Amino acid sequence: MSGSGRDTGGEAILVEGVHKRYGEKKALDGLDLRVARGTVHGVLGPNGAGKTTLVRVLSTLLRPDAGRVEVAGVDVRHSPDEVRRRIGLLGQHAALDEELSGRQNLEMFGRLYHLGARRARSRAEELLVRFGLADTGRKAVSRYSGGMRRRLDLAASLLTEPRVLFLDEPTTGLDPRGRTEVWSAVRSLVGQGTTVLLTTQYLEEADQLADRIAVVDRGRVVADGTADELKSRLGGDRLDVVLRAADRLDEVRALLPGAVVDEDRRLVSAPVADRMAALTETVRALRAAGIEAEDLAVRRPTLDEVFLHLTGDGDPAPSAERTGKGTTEEVAA
Amino acid sequence: MTVWALSDSWTMTRRELAHWARQPGQLAVNLVFPVMLLLMFGHLIGGGRGVEGTYVDFLVPGMLALTMAFGLEATMLSITQDLGKGVIDRFRSMPMADGAVLVGRAAADMLQSAVSLVVMILAGLAIGWRWEGSAAGALGAFGLLLLLRFAMLWIGIHLALVAGRPEMVQAVQILVWPVGFLSNAFATPEAMPGWLGAAVEWNPMSATATAVRELFGNQSATGTSWAAQHAELLAVAWPLVLVAVFFPLAVRKFAALGR
Repeated sequence: MSGSGRDTGGEAILVEGVHKRYGEKKALDGLDLRVARGTVHGVLGPNGAGKTTLVRVLSTLLRPDAGRVEVAGVDVRHSPDEVRRRIGLLGQHAALDEELSGRQNLEMFGRLYHLGARRARSRAEELLVRFGLADTGRKAVSRYSGGMRRRLDLAASLLTEPRVLFLDEPTTGLDPRGRTEVWSAVRSLVGQGTTVLLTTQYLEEADQLADRIAVVDRGRVVADGTADELKSRLGGDRLDVVLRAADRLDEVRALLPGAVVDEDRRLVSAPVADRMAALTETVRALRAAGIEAEDLAVRRPTLDEVFLHLTGDGDPAPSAERTGKGTTEEVAA
Repeated sequence: MTVWALSDSWTMTRRELAHWARQPGQLAVNLVFPVMLLLMFGHLIGGGRGVEGTYVDFLVPGMLALTMAFGLEATMLSITQDLGKGVIDRFRSMPMADGAVLVGRAAADMLQSAVSLVVMILAGLAIGWRWEGSAAGALGAFGLLLLLRFAMLWIGIHLALVAGRPEMVQAVQILVWPVGFLSNAFATPEAMPGWLGAAVEWNPMSATATAVRELFGNQSATGTSWAAQHAELLAVAWPLVLVAVFFPLAVRKFAALGR
């Protein structure tokens, strides 16, 4: 089920059959994942799917109960310290010393990464400049905006130029501006060969940043592929017909097998196998029936639709809210 | 890794020193609070049930012990805040020496407590307290007080790791204060009802307070129970027992964050 055709030996992250339970609850239930070097892999899933547990296992914060986990070629269970030298972690909340300045934070973490005092200082300076925080001076982190805090957090996880970077819901709780700031920072990293594993509840975020996406539900990967591959798995294209008048929606639904209707938007949407044939046949049928269409389009399914399809009856609300508004109702209908 | 243990611990201690430098107001409040208590009990509430001689000579050593005991809250608060913010997670995801987080915390808290003791002693001198004993005795008293603080440190770390959230500190405060006041810091056990007096005499804080009074050559509680007669022994034994129990518990709990 997990990424096929990627078995090149060039994995930055290799997870096989990993289990982790908290008491009765199985947080990870035989999860498999492979992430190729230098790529961004999105891990998408509803709340409680096991995303954070996975990141905690990968970043040596949690010991898995069973399974094989390698990060940058090193076994997480046997050599956690070796792994720690090669990774950066951005947790769900900015993990910073709020009382200190940005520079003090970076220098402290740099020393703890054993860069040495001088290198810690110069690295802190470089990163402050790179993340647009050079003019923060002595200001305490507690007085930073959410976006600034997150950028400093990201800078702290890049002190050692890690080969693998884990981002656990990096934009949760940020306003749109903060989100854009974080996204552009992540994009600039990837160009430099860092492998990024990014968990998110937001489809838009995965679509924007990730080369491949693993959909996680109930502690396992239920789908893994590029955004396009995932969209294809939902059964290919859909035909959307928007009518001028709502009173003939039912007639159009009858024309298209498997169609769903959104009355508010006067929209009929149906899966189609052959794009061109569906388009021409529908146009002909509409004309024959004398039905006026305002718009007629063949499109790929949205990631929202894929996500809902894959995670079944899971609660899609957090992701649906944030991405394209219109698309969710059709699917829910 | 072990090569880094010292250097990493020092970095963690320096972090606390940087907090002091950045927020001297906060540090001052922490240092002044016990002084305020001292003045309140010395002048406003005063009295000291069952105390013979000058109350100030009785009160100051008791307040020194109380200040050390209340250090538990400070330790707990710092650790729970770091846990809550995910800072401890970041430390744990870094290749730093295993114990450095706790050692750094311990060193910083002990340092602050030593400063706090000096401030309290100066405040005591200002309101008329004097020590009659030898310099060696005074050093011994200082040592016993810091030993009590060291025990409180590990209890605080353990409780913080168990509680996990800063909000839980308040719950612990509700317990710490009565334990602090159910000691002979302010009044002699003889002046209390029998059962209460007995409990008070066995309170580790009372042992330290009594021993410190003796070492400073101050007015001492003249209890006849075994605990009162062997206060100096208990002032050493109690903290050592508490450390023996809570140090391994705290260390194990810290390691268990990864489970």
